[in-house]
Amino acid sequence: MMSTSPLMELTDIYKSFGNVNALKGVSISINRGECHCLLGDNGAGKSTLIKIMSGVHQPTAGQVNINGKPTVLQGPREAIDSGIATVYQDLALIPLMSVSRNFWLGRELTKKIGPITVMDFEKCNSILMSEMEKIGIQLRDPNQSIGTLSGGERQTVAIARAVFFGAEILILDEPTSALGVYQTSNVLKTVEKVREKGVAVVFISHNVSHALAVGDKFTVLSRGETLGTALAGEINYEELQFMMSGNKELSALKNSK
Amino acid sequence: MSINIKNISHIRAYFKNAMLRPDLGAIVGVMLVFLFFFLVAHDTGMFSLEGSMNWGIVSSQFIIIAVGACLLMIAGEFDLSVGSMIGFSGIVIAVTSIVWGWPVWLSILTAFAVAMSIGALIGYITVKTNLPSFIVSLAFLYILRGLTIFIAIASTKKTIIGGINEFSQNDWLAPIFGGKIFSGLFEWLAEQGWIQTFVAGTKAGQPVVSGIPAMMVWALGLIIFGHFLLTKTRFGNWIYASGGDAQAARHIGVPVNKVKILMFVFTAFCATVFATTQVIEFGSASADRGILKEFEAIISVVIGGALLTGGYGSVIGAALGAIIFGVVQQGLFFIGVESSLFRVFLGVLLLLAVILNTHVRKLITGSK
Repeated sequence: MMSTSPLMELTDIYKSFGNVNALKGVSISINRGECHCLLGDNGAGKSTLIKIMSGVHQPTAGQVNINGKPTVLQGPREAIDSGIATVYQDLALIPLMSVSRNFWLGRELTKKIGPITVMDFEKCNSILMSEMEKIGIQLRDPNQSIGTLSGGERQTVAIARAVFFGAEILILDEPTSALGVYQTSNVLKTVEKVREKGVAVVFISHNVSHALAVGDKFTVLSRGETLGTALAGEINYEELQFMMSGNKELSALKNSK
Repeated sequence: MSINIKNISHIRAYFKNAMLRPDLGAIVGVMLVFLFFFLVAHDTGMFSLEGSMNWGIVSSQFIIIAVGACLLMIAGEFDLSVGSMIGFSGIVIAVTSIVWGWPVWLSILTAFAVAMSIGALIGYITVKTNLPSFIVSLAFLYILRGLTIFIAIASTKKTIIGGINEFSQNDWLAPIFGGKIFSGLFEWLAEQGWIQTFVAGTKAGQPVVSGIPAMMVWALGLIIFGHFLLTKTRFGNWIYASGGDAQAARHIGVPVNKVKILMFVFTAFCATVFATTQVIEFGSASADRGILKEFEAIISVVIGGALLTGGYGSVIGAALGAIIFGVVQQGLFFIGVESSLFRVFLGVLLLLAVILNTHVRKLITGSK
């Protein structure tokens, strides 16, 4: 069996911006090869929580453990170096640039021509094409712009990029919220593939059926607090939907069964 | 049957890719412009060696500032202070060499250092305040022009400072900006009777074109440097990304602020190259030099297919835009068209280019 210690563990996280308490004691643990869905209505604190996990914000109080060690992530770069990659809903890729330039952005492969360092497009493109094939995207040309891909394909490219560069924890911010049914199913399949590789996926959504399709664990956030965590099979669509809107304790729901 | 369909779709994909080249419009534009003037002006001497030098030099001037403006625009920023920077750098060279008696090479290097520092300052203010560079550089358009006139008048009581050629003649650095290369070759060509010589005056017997001006060499060098940097290096990838979506680029770890500031520095460098070539060639600096150059640079870049919003464009396109600019401006002179009409043409061309670019942008990003 896999080791039982969580990859990332957040305990009793508080975050306030001035007088506004965005998070009021949130605890969550992320395990290898597990898709952990974070559900909540708009304003529940989902985006604040993922920004803490990805190092954009630092918690006001509470503890973050990565691989069992207490850690304070000072910035996104530090999070990336610790194996935490975040794919933001619309900030993932640059539509005017080619798929290849996007994929390698910030980590370009280079080679030397005499004293001059240039990008190694041949190598970049061939690795890109094989990675895209693995994840099920038919690219006509590595130089075609990201803008020519569908929304679902863009999400998939962004996920493939994060995993290729060694993400152990992949945070997906509303990856399906702007997509149609067909594209959503493709993205969910990609999430499935990535999880099978042993990557921990944090799937943020307010769409319960998308979450149920891929999730192993479900944590519901409401008004900056966690209402509890349930395993797949322990909870159904109506209960999750009810919690997101009705703000009831998970335990109370379970007991009522 | 299926092979046929596949072929057709390949051909369509090919044409769609060609359509998406940022410089396609400028390539077609250059061909049309040359075709037009070849038809209407072939007997005016416009395409003789001397005539070609005429529009070639004007185009080179536009190219020098367009390359800087192009990379900066792709990085998502503008610099409206380019024209004022040209006047400012020229006066710095003139005041330090003529009034203060510095050697010309030191004056030139000082002008570069001062101008590039101001470029860095404009960039720094832009990225730190998050204000549009349009406004920040507009402020510097006035600040630099005002300082230029003030320094010229305070030090010499004139706005034109002349007499630099006396000092620049034996300087080691000045010829790099004001000299001519292949002079020997042109003299030899004249001796062979292959190019014309002056028949009268002080220059009688000398070839009408005595060499390739340094300005043209600079223009070519900057095109090669800019194109290489943008398309072949990882820094070029960061330039595209900084202009395409600065926030997304930051998330992935691209040093967006550094990229943008460096591009402001490069624009200032190009403006100073322009200023220095003019000072060395004319032997004088004038406080009003460079007026409207910032717009001419931006127009060349836009005709070259770059998007005003950043993230997309081509150095080759910008250079072709500059050539269209230079050829039309001088060509209208050759065919004797009232020169004020050039501005009308330019305005129309700019409008058409922007509309075309916006359409291409929609094709690329897939937005309707």
